[in-house]
Amino acid sequence: MSRVPLPYNPKILELFRNPKNLGKMKDATVTALAGSPACGDMIALYLKVSDDEVIEKVMFESYGCAANIATASITTELVKGKTMEKAWKVTWKVVADEVGGLPKIKYHCGILSVGALRRAIREFYKMKAKKPSWLPETLTLEEKHALEEEELAKVLSRKLKLAKSVKK
Amino acid sequence: MESVKDLIKAHESIKKEVYLDIENSSFVPKEVVNAMVPYFIEKAYGNPTITHKPGWMAYETIMQASDKIANFIGASSVEEINFTPSETVSNNLAIIGTALANKDKGNKIVVSEIEPLSIVFASEILEKYGFKVSKIPVDTEGFVDLEKIPENVDEETVLVSIMRVNNEIGTIEPIKQAVELAKEKNPNVLFHSDASDAYGKIDLDVQNLGVDMVTLSSNKILGPRGVGVLYVKEGVKVEKLLEGQIGTQRLWPGVENTPLIMGFAKASELAFRNFDDNISHMKELRDKLISGILGEVSDTVLNGPSGDDRAPDNVNISILRCEGEALTIELSLNGVYVSSGSACTRLLLQPSHVLTKIGREFEEAHGSILMKVTRYHKQNDIEHVLKVIPKAVKRLREISSIK
Repeated sequence: MSRVPLPYNPKILELFRNPKNLGKMKDATVTALAGSPACGDMIALYLKVSDDEVIEKVMFESYGCAANIATASITTELVKGKTMEKAWKVTWKVVADEVGGLPKIKYHCGILSVGALRRAIREFYKMKAKKPSWLPETLTLEEKHALEEEELAKVLSRKLKLAKSVKK
Repeated sequence: MESVKDLIKAHESIKKEVYLDIENSSFVPKEVVNAMVPYFIEKAYGNPTITHKPGWMAYETIMQASDKIANFIGASSVEEINFTPSETVSNNLAIIGTALANKDKGNKIVVSEIEPLSIVFASEILEKYGFKVSKIPVDTEGFVDLEKIPENVDEETVLVSIMRVNNEIGTIEPIKQAVELAKEKNPNVLFHSDASDAYGKIDLDVQNLGVDMVTLSSNKILGPRGVGVLYVKEGVKVEKLLEGQIGTQRLWPGVENTPLIMGFAKASELAFRNFDDNISHMKELRDKLISGILGEVSDTVLNGPSGDDRAPDNVNISILRCEGEALTIELSLNGVYVSSGSACTRLLLQPSHVLTKIGREFEEAHGSILMKVTRYHKQNDIEHVLKVIPKAVKRLREISSIK
């Protein structure tokens, strides 16, 4: 098993130990998933949105590494109390800066939580059958990344299953 | 740099520490360090190829160390023991060096699917330069499919390399039979085995196994890092790959590192002293750790075989719904040091190839932890680990989005 040194900063470690807004939300307005068990990273994000489109409550669950848990926690803190429009403007870069920087190999973990957030926002407007002017048609970098990671995991899993069936 | 200091500082309140990451590096026992110190500061510090007393003393020291290791593995002479800078270098020499030196006989090599990365990547270099590499599959416990050996070895095959003990899952491979099958098909084929995880832990006699080359590593037997051995049977050609000043070591140009070589010899001596007692102690701790985790934590599975087919020190368990990197950190914060086959602990984006080749799903590989016990571990160390692991898993499963 080969490794790379992962010098996490104190903030990541603190959030890994004591994540904020952790857990399942029973009365969520909207829920989104990003990543998959096969990638080794999966985030569930729950939003409770008020009538005037303000995020009243936000919670998360994470199957993932310390960076994944910490960035998901930060993301929830960054969007809590914000309007959906303002929450949309939270990028992975903002999240990464807020946790005090991520090791390069861990960028994708930080992107995933924002990917989940944007999916939740899109889902919210899909449910409402509404299309705000600030919501882009095309997928943003964070959403594309989540999709790519899930696709990669699917391809690799398929390969694995194929290899296994050949063996049998 | 600052962040690493803070990470270390976060461990300040820990009262008991148990280090089980022998796979990746280890403490070196005082007895081994003490055996090395004089060779740095007071004797045999000369270059063994120079004609003066400190040089001759270095020469004699290296020959004695070679002789000791030759005896432990049943080599016929000190000439067959080649010190190298590491297991990694020994494996690269065995794969690339052997293929190049025997290129006139063919351009094919055969390796198992679960070789260490130094074999995997060295084989890829050969592929890049026109060699053909075929891989022998393994079953769900990691045993190579012996029937596939005659199918893959032909006239053009110059080398077969299958490890003696798998470093990740502890499978003891049937090397003697593998050698017989390979040589039956092609008597000229050479057989290499990375025995880094076998040396000092299971019986390892090169003549009995019938191998032509064997890799040994000081790092894996609580010796100093930075020295290994490639046993090369007399008459077997290996290209040296690195050139430099001619010394006593055929495959390691430059000035011999006498203190490290002495450290390796001393670590070997300690590994073989009270061998049977040490091994049964390790097996007892290993089984206590395995049954403790499987019993205490739900949805866990042992990777690799159990009982006598497993290396005496190896514990590798997949814990579902619990990501491995997060678990290594959580355990570290509680004073238990292990490693994981999760993609997130690796530079590669995929989890351990060994675990996926034995049929584990990605989820299972991401949630695996690897631990190795030594003769220095005590019952209460294992008891401590068994207290810490269930708590750590419980916390991470509470966080997890997979229920």
